[in-house]
Amino acid sequence: MTCIECPKGCRLAVNIENGRVAKVTGNECPKGEKYAIGEVENPTRIFTSTVLGQGLELKMIPVRTDKAIAKSKIFEAMTQIKRIKISKPLNAGDIIIRNFLGLDVNLIATRKME
Amino acid sequence: MVKRDLVIVGGGPAGMAAAVSAHENGVKDILLIERDRYLGGILNQCIHTGFGINYFKEILTGPEYADRFIKKVRDMLDIEVSFNSIVVKLASDKTVTFLKPGRLETVKAKAIIMATGCREKTREMVHIQGSRPAGIFSAGLAQKLINIEGLLPGKEVVVVGSGDIGLIMARRFVMEGARVKAIIEIQKESRGLLRNMVQCVEDFDIPVYFNHKISRIFGKSRVEKVSVIRVDDSFNEIPGSLFEIQCDTILMSVGLISENELIDMAGIRIEENKTSVPGIFVCGNSFKIYDIVDTVTKDSFLVGKLAANYITNQ
Ligand code: SF4
Repeated sequence: MTCIECPKGCRLAVNIENGRVAKVTGNECPKGEKYAIGEVENPTRIFTSTVLGQGLELKMIPVRTDKAIAKSKIFEAMTQIKRIKISKPLNAGDIIIRNFLGLDVNLIATRKME
Repeated sequence: MVKRDLVIVGGGPAGMAAAVSAHENGVKDILLIERDRYLGGILNQCIHTGFGINYFKEILTGPEYADRFIKKVRDMLDIEVSFNSIVVKLASDKTVTFLKPGRLETVKAKAIIMATGCREKTREMVHIQGSRPAGIFSAGLAQKLINIEGLLPGKEVVVVGSGDIGLIMARRFVMEGARVKAIIEIQKESRGLLRNMVQCVEDFDIPVYFNHKISRIFGKSRVEKVSVIRVDDSFNEIPGSLFEIQCDTILMSVGLISENELIDMAGIRIEENKTSVPGIFVCGNSFKIYDIVDTVTKDSFLVGKLAANYITNQ
């Protein structure tokens, strides 16, 4: 597999035993090993999208989760954020939804919007 | 005529880094000219993660990366930003003429840094036959429409080319409920970063056709379908391999070109990060096309310093 933690994109060789990662090679830094284990045992991604603003300088406000969520939750996340409308000014990093989808992550704004 | 120590054209990542660096190196009279109504340039529409790993040692989205520099620029009170301002002329006597709301202004600078970025190659540059219906977008334009304007340009999409923006937009369309029916790449492997092949294409099972090209676009008022043909490694069409894909939208992701018209029109040549005119510098994507913004920041810091040194030694 290819590590996506940084633009180097190291090619990782992963030995799997009984569904668990036994050994990772090809990573140029420790993040690669962590990524490989996560990818095999519970693939996750930082979720990024936009939510609707109302009466703010731009129509769309970019958002993300502050931690990675399971890949399988991405479409559920999309459905959920379509229901949001933001009418108060925000700073980058402000929390929009706490404990998003009950996944123990927060949905945060990534851009200042007035 | 207004006089300035340093004029920077373009408030994207390159222009902002150059401004911050020039200021840190002692330039106190800086005018930053930005055509949009906000700083950050292309980063604002790149809402996905993957920025800042080298520079900030954190994984950020484009808007967050921009925000960190916007704050720095705002805190440096000697940097004046002229928004909604379009430069119409650069001259080798180091004057810059720009249109800002309501008037045309010319400034004379001791040094100028051009950080005007790049633009996308278009359909015209890759020569696709067929009609000219609505529904053909460059990937970056589609990105702006979805991520900033909140408009979904189509429902059934074919992406031409596998540049990073195309891959990222393929994912974005799928997340927004559209179908991405194919990514068509004439070369035998992706032009984009491997990580984007993984997290954009493989994660969402989007079909990729390497060694293929669009041979024709069909449609009267709106795109209706494309025909696709296999090519060999020297791009010769392979007879009998033609097939069609129904779609209403085509995204072009076939590369970027530096935007250097102002420099060309002034009869100035680019020489590394300098130009044939001492005191006029170039940085960011207008100098060369970069893969990652962290490198743009690093290189533009150097150019900001070069400009500062030039002004000091005058
Ligand atoms: S293993 Fe380390 S260096 Fe290689 S791609 Fe992953 S994060 Fe980057």
